[in-house]
Amino acid sequence: MLKSTRNALLGATLLGLTFAGQAYAETTLNALFMAQAAYSEADVRAMTEAFTKANPDLKVNLEFVPYEGLHDKTVLAQGSGGGYDVVLFDVIWPAEYASNKVLVDVTDRVTDEMNKGILPGAWTTVEYDGKRYGMPWILDTKYLFYNKEILEKAGIKTPPKTWDELAEQAKTIKDKGILQTPIAWSWSQAEAAICDYTTLVSAYGGKFLDGGKPAFTSGGGLDALNYMVTSYTSGLTNPNSKEFLEEDVRKVFQNGEAAFALNWTYMYNLANDPKESKVAGKVGVVPAPGVAGKSEVSAVNGSMGLGITATSKHPEEAWKYIVHMTSQETQNAYAKLSLPIWASSYEDASVTKGQEELIAAAKLGLAAMYPRPTTPKYQELSTALQQAIQEALLGQTSPEDALKTAAENSGL
Amino acid sequence: MSGTWISTRAWLLMLPLLVVMVSVIGWPLVDTVRLSFTDAKLVGTAGSFVGIDNYAKVLTGSNFQRALVTTTWFAVVSVAAEMVLGVLAALLLNQQFRGRTALRALMILPWALPTVVNATLWRLIYNPEYGALNAALTQLGLIDSYRSWLGEPGSALTALIVADCWKNFPLVALIALAALQAVPRDITAAALVDGAGPLNRFRFVVMPYLAGPLLVALVLRTIEAFKVFDIIWVMTRGGPANSTRTLSILVYQEAFSFQRAGSGASLALIVTLLVTVLAVAYAALLRRAAGAS
Repeated sequence: MLKSTRNALLGATLLGLTFAGQAYAETTLNALFMAQAAYSEADVRAMTEAFTKANPDLKVNLEFVPYEGLHDKTVLAQGSGGGYDVVLFDVIWPAEYASNKVLVDVTDRVTDEMNKGILPGAWTTVEYDGKRYGMPWILDTKYLFYNKEILEKAGIKTPPKTWDELAEQAKTIKDKGILQTPIAWSWSQAEAAICDYTTLVSAYGGKFLDGGKPAFTSGGGLDALNYMVTSYTSGLTNPNSKEFLEEDVRKVFQNGEAAFALNWTYMYNLANDPKESKVAGKVGVVPAPGVAGKSEVSAVNGSMGLGITATSKHPEEAWKYIVHMTSQETQNAYAKLSLPIWASSYEDASVTKGQEELIAAAKLGLAAMYPRPTTPKYQELSTALQQAIQEALLGQTSPEDALKTAAENSGL
Repeated sequence: MSGTWISTRAWLLMLPLLVVMVSVIGWPLVDTVRLSFTDAKLVGTAGSFVGIDNYAKVLTGSNFQRALVTTTWFAVVSVAAEMVLGVLAALLLNQQFRGRTALRALMILPWALPTVVNATLWRLIYNPEYGALNAALTQLGLIDSYRSWLGEPGSALTALIVADCWKNFPLVALIALAALQAVPRDITAAALVDGAGPLNRFRFVVMPYLAGPLLVALVLRTIEAFKVFDIIWVMTRGGPANSTRTLSILVYQEAFSFQRAGSGASLALIVTLLVTVLAVAYAALLRRAAGAS
């Protein structure tokens, strides 16, 4: 009996080996992407198909998760010995990923052509401590979108240049009875709220950290939260903003239920698409406003990059894939949902055509992009700030106390 | 002599299972205990020994205490509601009426759906702009303006409890229905002849048959409710203002979002201990119930 068991085991092992042998005849890369915003899933599949067509010996398995799952999924895979070769990462994670050796340092792989051709601001997305941990892929910041028809109805000639002006214009719209709550934000207890907050912090000239210690409890950091709370309590902001993510903001805006909305690039072409939107053709876009005497415009760096994981067994092939995905050719072809990282693309008529307004806003916005704090403890800091924002909005504590608690809970 | 042989053989036969159990449950548990005494990160450093620091920090922290209260409230209210709804549904489905079979099949549906689908569905129902709940309540004249059910700390937890009940009461109903069908018809008939009213018939005739199975349902649901994670993660991620952050959400954030494997492990073990205490208490109850009948 023992002998037959041993034979069976041996047989099974041999069978396993045969299968393994077949599976490794070609190289398969596993890549983790995001299932929303910027490039759509179909776009990423199309870009990848172009790559595998040119490289028939390579296969790419694509996995899409919502933004909220991207970080944890990457870290979990890493903690259990890997699984992905290429991962999409947000601008806030390189510090943490670099300190914990999640991503490979690719500084030496970057060519001169990339160095010169890619916008300097885009590089900040993938850098930590003077090294590069991937290639920028989605160049993004939040813009102020406005409904031209509503502004016209309210007799407003130009979109707001400052945040105070935004509040005044929203009040006019409310007072004239055009919309009850003219402004929509994404203030759900999630990273989205931090992006809106950061935009305001940059407008008020605030700072997150000073010498590694929290510095948002006073000055610009406090002004920013005060603005949010006032906008909320005065009824100018859609009260449901505190459970909105970006997609909710887009739905409200394209249903014509918001005069103003803060959102990423991707909303521009979707809200102008008659199949998607009731306000197609009436969508205006400008950089997020500034604050008199402090800033002209404001912007948050919401870019994302593609990197090679430290556990990848195929770093060469992974890099090849990343180079394809970030190439000027690929980026220009899909510029309707995410603006290219390449400087000269902005002179290319095929990229700018039909979205001149967005490009004009991007030139100012991208230049003003403000980073969220670069710290390996970012995730903790962000969670503490999300809580602070919600507590202040709900009136559970004052903005001052909420931010003080956030500073204490930030782990810094 | 032969007795020893049989027990030796029994152990030999169980050996493969024991090996599997020890490797998939025992070893991770031991490793979690070890981790909980270190300051290990999820990736990178292995961490060094810090004694009971993690436990002290977790137990004295306001996050843990608040999450414990939230979790207990969630478990008690949702399980109580599920038991009541489940029994009522079972009593209804035990009656003879047309369409009973179809209704029985339909009722299983929420329970058969994956939790994530269920949670996404309810998030749509609660949507503050175009959710079905707001529309229905406005049309019935119960509210005059749309409300943000998941955006207010006052209603978010209740909204989650409702969604959880909808998913889980069918399980209780199913168990109760099976028990009801075991009630001998001649006994109910006899009670009817003796002039027992509906309440008394339920209390003295049906209940003894229901008690055991319902206790099993209660044990299952309480332990599950205490560990609740996915429905909350999908619907509120612990918000607004952490009003729906349960113990499992806290463990997840600590261990995976903040990557503090050490203190995450200590938190996870505390939760495991609490669930074990509950399970043991229930087991004692079950034994007593079994002894009584």
